[in-house]
Amino acid sequence: MNNISMHILDIAQNSIRGEASLIEIEVNEYVQEDILEIIIKDNGRGMDNEMLTHVIDPYTTTRTTRKIGMGLPLLKHSAEQAGGYLMIDSKLEEGTIVSVRFKHSHIDRPPMGDLAGTIVLLVAANPEIEFKYIHQLNDNKYEFNTKEIKEVLEDVKINDPKIRGFLKEMIVENLNELYVL
Amino acid sequence: MAKIKTLADLKKMKEDLQSKVDVRERSNTPESYVQIKVGMATSGIASGAKEVMDFLIEALEKRNIEAIVTQTGDMGYCFAEPTIEVTKPGEEPIVFGYVDTQKADEIIEKYIKLGELVEGIIPVNYQVIDEDK
Repeated sequence: MNNISMHILDIAQNSIRGEASLIEIEVNEYVQEDILEIIIKDNGRGMDNEMLTHVIDPYTTTRTTRKIGMGLPLLKHSAEQAGGYLMIDSKLEEGTIVSVRFKHSHIDRPPMGDLAGTIVLLVAANPEIEFKYIHQLNDNKYEFNTKEIKEVLEDVKINDPKIRGFLKEMIVENLNELYVL
Repeated sequence: MAKIKTLADLKKMKEDLQSKVDVRERSNTPESYVQIKVGMATSGIASGAKEVMDFLIEALEKRNIEAIVTQTGDMGYCFAEPTIEVTKPGEEPIVFGYVDTQKADEIIEKYIKLGELVEGIIPVNYQVIDEDK
């Protein structure tokens, strides 16, 4: 787990297992305020308060509930190491929000990694789930929404290798544009 | 500055694709393809499952092997990550462990193409901790 994109891939996996039909991934970079914020929000089955208090502890959770495992604890550790924190909010039958903040300039803040590749991987491997990916850098924003894409594609599958390649390039180009602006 | 790809470009590409092959027909019969599932839980991701998956998709497409590569959760073999499960049409699934890109290449060339078994198979009668409950 040496970069942000891998954490996103990992945490989104919880949403998929939680039977979400919509997963929103937000990456907000506020350079002036020195904040990097990641928000992963789903409409899956959620957790009750009891589970919510345990979810961050890998040992308690693996024993009392089924495997929740190391994903959240690792991300929490990573955030705290970089002057940040992790928060989880969840309602049973409504969904879960995991939000995590890093100090943007912190030397231990993990690099972004392959964000475009990660998003495309999630999208293509779970064609029945809708994904929104919003990347904000200061005042500029890029928004990727599978709903729009599927409308364009009609009966062509979103996980066709050629489409995957295209989507990845499209995200990479748009992110680069954000950094240029 | 180079032009950025948009949804309009995607639409064009879609039309190109539709005119070449019958995509709909292809995707409606998944049983007739090689199916590969890449284990992508925390342990898998941390040990490089994403790179293996990217490699598989690219390599299979280059070598013109019709396959569906998807991700799956924990298969219970955390010690042997990254793991992949390969199901050839009409055959039993086989799980391979310790799959890096080199191993993935070997699996494509030997197992998928020629049907030869390669090292690294995790026997299916292996007990998973979860099943002991």
